[in-house]
Amino acid sequence: MTTDKTQPTAVRKAEAGAPAPRTTLLRALTAAGGAAAVVSTFLAWTWTAEFPGDLTVYGYPGGLQLLTLVLAIATGVFALAALDLKGLRWLTPSGSTQALRMLALGTFAVTWFTVIAIAVDLDGLVNLEPGGWIAAVVTAVPVATTFLLPDDSRPLCRPKELPSWAEILIIAGVFAVGLYVVNYGIQTDADHPEPFLGYLIAVGFAAVALVKAGLISRISELTSNYRSVTLVAALITAIVFPFFQDKSSFTELGVNIAIFATVALGLNIVVGLAGLLDLGYVAFLGVGAYTAALVSGSTASTIDVRFPFWAAVITGGVVSLIFGVVIGAPTLRLRGDYLAIVTLGFGEIFRLAMLNLDGTSGPSVTNGPDGIPNIPPLEIFGFNFNDDHSVGGVTLDSNGNYYLLMLLVTVVVVLIFSRAGNSRIGRAWVAIREDETAATAMGINGFRVKLIAFALGATLAGVAGAVWAHFQSTVVPEQYVFAGPVPPNSTFLVAAVILGGMGTIGGPLLGATLLYLIPKKLEFLQDYQLLAFGIALILLMRFRPEGIVPNRRQQLEYHETGQLDVPGATGLKDSAVGVTKAEA
Amino acid sequence: MTTTTTSPVLTATGVTMRFGGLTAVQAVDLDVHPGEIVGLIGPNGAGKTTFFNCLTGLYVPTEGSVAYRGTVLPPKPHLVTQAGIARTFQNIRLFANMTVLENVLVGRHTRTKEGLWSALLRGPGFKRAEAASKARAMELLEFTGLADKADHLSRNLPYGEQRKLEIARALASDPGLLLLDEPTAGMNPQETRATEELVFAIRDLGTAVLVIEHDMRFIFNLCDRVAVLVQGQKLVEGTSEVVQSDERVIAAYLGTPFEGAPGAEEAAEVEAAEAGATAGATGGTTTGATDEAQRGTTARTEDGQ
Repeated sequence: MTTDKTQPTAVRKAEAGAPAPRTTLLRALTAAGGAAAVVSTFLAWTWTAEFPGDLTVYGYPGGLQLLTLVLAIATGVFALAALDLKGLRWLTPSGSTQALRMLALGTFAVTWFTVIAIAVDLDGLVNLEPGGWIAAVVTAVPVATTFLLPDDSRPLCRPKELPSWAEILIIAGVFAVGLYVVNYGIQTDADHPEPFLGYLIAVGFAAVALVKAGLISRISELTSNYRSVTLVAALITAIVFPFFQDKSSFTELGVNIAIFATVALGLNIVVGLAGLLDLGYVAFLGVGAYTAALVSGSTASTIDVRFPFWAAVITGGVVSLIFGVVIGAPTLRLRGDYLAIVTLGFGEIFRLAMLNLDGTSGPSVTNGPDGIPNIPPLEIFGFNFNDDHSVGGVTLDSNGNYYLLMLLVTVVVVLIFSRAGNSRIGRAWVAIREDETAATAMGINGFRVKLIAFALGATLAGVAGAVWAHFQSTVVPEQYVFAGPVPPNSTFLVAAVILGGMGTIGGPLLGATLLYLIPKKLEFLQDYQLLAFGIALILLMRFRPEGIVPNRRQQLEYHETGQLDVPGATGLKDSAVGVTKAEA
Repeated sequence: MTTTTTSPVLTATGVTMRFGGLTAVQAVDLDVHPGEIVGLIGPNGAGKTTFFNCLTGLYVPTEGSVAYRGTVLPPKPHLVTQAGIARTFQNIRLFANMTVLENVLVGRHTRTKEGLWSALLRGPGFKRAEAASKARAMELLEFTGLADKADHLSRNLPYGEQRKLEIARALASDPGLLLLDEPTAGMNPQETRATEELVFAIRDLGTAVLVIEHDMRFIFNLCDRVAVLVQGQKLVEGTSEVVQSDERVIAAYLGTPFEGAPGAEEAAEVEAAEAGATAGATGGTTTGATDEAQRGTTARTEDGQ
């Protein structure tokens, strides 16, 4: 990681050499502002419980006040860390000011959002109790003070040596907090957009603050030191997720997120590793889903067979694979955008074919627009997925069952992605993406390697589709469009990959989660989903072209400054001479 | 050189490449024998790189054939590399966003077999092959002096080292013949000398080398044999001395003196000016104006050629 090994003592000394009294004062004011904001959340902000969340009670915070409370506490604590309070220094390994600004802004934004939402929702400022006014004023204080603070950004200083059990404990803690944060978001009231919007604002600012403080780098350092611990922690976190849900609809969100994240990860092999833009990927999901539906024993299926689940999944994967090869073989010989156009066409052809294979316009296979309903519930070794099952006193309903099954598929796809990516074939994919001519000159059979990537991506989508068909218990053609308001659609998947970060594992998972969860929670956004996608992607391309989770390579590619491995000054001088000579 | 007794590594017979009406390479024959360094020179646009592309399968020659150790090569770049011919590019074509080590590992592609299944299952065979590839790649980085930069992104290497990395990547396929396309373009004299030594070292490892270059000193120091390509045709082939003294080569590079040329007068003028300048310089009174005038005339004569 970016640990600077030579400087920390020097930096620390410079820090210890008393900061200007003004700086100390400003930091103290920030801390005080944070404390005041904490107090204000214990007051009532409005008089009626009509506003979502209970903000009417003196004595304890509720609803959106909780977000202000958490951010205000964080502001206060970080301000104390900036004041060099013993035992808190670890919070700001790469400088406090920028993190403080983000936290102060976050507190301010959430509070003002709440106050304004109260005024707008309930028609008028009269609906604000004095507590609301106080909160609005005191949260503005830290914003003002932190923007007057001098920037104290520094290269990440070396952490104190910790025993390994403590480091493992930290990792576990981070995952627990992560689970809590995700849970909080998923469990927000879907009937009102306010709580979730406030949550998004809070999480967004807090995440940036953690990055600025250097804590994220510190954590990724830890996780890369303890890879297997991290993997186990991540897995446990994912497994326990359904046990914390008190509503079935929350688990259902989890299942859908798991499915779309998995499909996006499969697409990432094609787009992120091999650099093949596939705009009709959802068709492969459809091929898998339809195949599984046809062999599921559904009463509406035109084929009178009933495959066990494992066979249905394999059939779905294999049929998808065949389609992948059939589509890929003629087009992968070409370069560039031809593939994008052909896959775009294939996606539409698939949907239209499914619509028309209804016995009147074509052979009777898919029941046309009616689709194939009544797909029987899954049963593996007598374990019926539609029944409730009790595990250790907690009941898992059908959504919980499917969630765990889907999680298994996700884990398999993650394994496939990481293993394939980090091997001879994965290097060949990246080489093809980087420079196809040079790659073939290195002996890589470009067509073959690209076809493998394309077919692998198709197969994984087919497998996910087979599970999805059983979970939905019905398949209809209109689910598999190029762009539409409801996922899955090809635009959604490509956007998830690009938004999250191409070529990474975490990227598509995070991208799919965000892109699925946000429109689900903010229903007013659903009609404008495509517009929102477009705006989000444009902003991303402008400010963070490598995606939210950057691949190390792309991080270096897009941000020239602050590179980890810029060649030494002597080397640069040599090359400069060489270049001038070449130009002369 | 007396290596003609062994069978050649590379035999190009009658290689012709036409782009529509333009004949870029015309009926070129060339043999390269084991342990030999052969140079390919020629003025800009003579078809050297096109000839290279024909050899490596990037272009399908309109006529003629290319054989490696007696077997005719199919015009597919990856099969040519598989057979044992590796190349570098005139304009560096590294995989910019891969690390130095990964670049060389990509070069090992033809000499390893692990496919998707073994990558997914990670058996002992996969781990062994992967470790062997890494060891060989590090060996090559050691050989080219890049071992300490194995984890850098190749785009961050200085220019000279990028050229070296291209050579290391090409060597990773254990080639019997290495094609270098202007390996010293844009290098300073020290770097050029280092490259020269590197090429000798490669030859000593038993790899024949065919090199395109414009730097005559480099070529004549390095090569056992030099072929000259002019307007797509092979003009001369022979040792450095033969080529250097061949009038047609001089003519191709510098042009032929033209008897009774209209430039003769100007040449006389230049001589006079030069004589004046020397006189002025010795007198220490050279003015900027004369200097300028002299330079102007020289430039004009050069244009006239």
